[in-house]
Amino acid sequence: MADKRKYVIPGDVITTGPFRPEQNVILDGNKIISTTIGISEIYDDSVRVIPLTGKYIPKINDLVIGKVNSHTSLSWELDINSCYVGFLPAQDVFGRDFSAHADELSTKLRTGDLVAARIANFDRTRDPLVTIADRDLGKIDSGDLMQISPSKVPRLIGKKGSMIQMIEEATDAAVTIGQNGWVVVSCESPEGLLKAKKAIQMVNEQAHVANLTDQVKEMLDKKGES
Amino acid sequence: MGGREATMVLMDENGKRCDGRTVDEPRRIMIKAGGLKNADGSSYIEFGDNKILVGVFGPRDVHPKHMSNTDTGILRVRYHMEPFSVGERKNPAPSRREIEISKVIKEALEPAVMLEKFPRTAVDVFIEVLQADGGTRCAALTAASVALADAGIPMRDMVAAIAAGKVADTVILDVNNEEDQAGQADMPIGYMPNLEKITLLQLDGVLTPEEYKKCIQVGVDGCKLVYELQKKALNDKYFGNKGD
Repeated sequence: MADKRKYVIPGDVITTGPFRPEQNVILDGNKIISTTIGISEIYDDSVRVIPLTGKYIPKINDLVIGKVNSHTSLSWELDINSCYVGFLPAQDVFGRDFSAHADELSTKLRTGDLVAARIANFDRTRDPLVTIADRDLGKIDSGDLMQISPSKVPRLIGKKGSMIQMIEEATDAAVTIGQNGWVVVSCESPEGLLKAKKAIQMVNEQAHVANLTDQVKEMLDKKGES
Repeated sequence: MGGREATMVLMDENGKRCDGRTVDEPRRIMIKAGGLKNADGSSYIEFGDNKILVGVFGPRDVHPKHMSNTDTGILRVRYHMEPFSVGERKNPAPSRREIEISKVIKEALEPAVMLEKFPRTAVDVFIEVLQADGGTRCAALTAASVALADAGIPMRDMVAAIAAGKVADTVILDVNNEEDQAGQADMPIGYMPNLEKITLLQLDGVLTPEEYKKCIQVGVDGCKLVYELQKKALNDKYFGNKGD
């Protein structure tokens, strides 16, 4: 279990000794040093820092929300709110019998469309390859797009999804969270939509506050009465 | 300017300097993290009468494309002085001096920033000097390091910087404009306090080997003071002063 949480900035020595460096830390001699602003967590044998700022760096298997930027005759390019563009091959959408002459890509996805996609492959040599061939993935037809800081996505999801479940239950909204910080909210009732958006905004702004779940709950309940 | 006559004014018989400071006393320093909405990271520093604003973008796509490196990200720094930053209007076009300082600051930040994590991208640092009063490169480097941390760019350590120097045959900390113009030596130092490594070292003037060693010591001690203020600026923004 995580203990000894500490606020750290780059260069801070979190601990010394035989620990395995995980996210956002480096090992220098026997010192474990933070490389970013965040909250350090020491586990039994490993140390990591949960960042409070920074851009989205793609990771294999992440669910992201992408916006179609452009397309060639073979693939789409998605803006995934990162320093790299997402690459969506046409076969993924048209299936194995895709033909570059016969099929026109803009019939399926146009520039500006939003898609829920999963990072299929990414390494430092090429741009991330994304896929929409899975359940719950594909073009997003309705809903409002919100942008939050990618470093606050884990907070919005909460422990085992507690935060987002609470927001969804209280407002009847459907929320799709991309690891890249883009969130699509859709809801039948305009009131629920507004409330859900407000709650998400609140998490984004006050991610560092303790017992935020209670505060969000309080906000959701209060609005329900009025 | 320059020469021995001026040194009489720079330090009085009580060891007080022209602006009333003692030999190892820095000017008033205020650092603020954040402030610019459209930049990924930013900071503002007041270092005595220096006022400098820094904005950081990235990691992002490199344009022009041929500058990108498939092995690592690149760091680009622009140091620029506003036309109104000095007594007489400064031509806003980049001067020889500004190009040099941009390069020097870039090279002082490179050992700290872990660019190898972002191949084919660029991190851009824009430094605008709003008001200059000697020692802008140190103040700019200090602020740039805070802005990079604010942008969430992975760094091995912060870089703190301050100048040491020599006036009236005495080694001093934090050289101001008058001391820079009329003093005997000026030595800007950039330092990574946790890794205990120097990333910037320049020297304008003549020092004996003993004075040189003393200058480094005084400068490094000064950098540690500056580092505490950088830490405070980031703690204030992210942890509301709850940081240790």
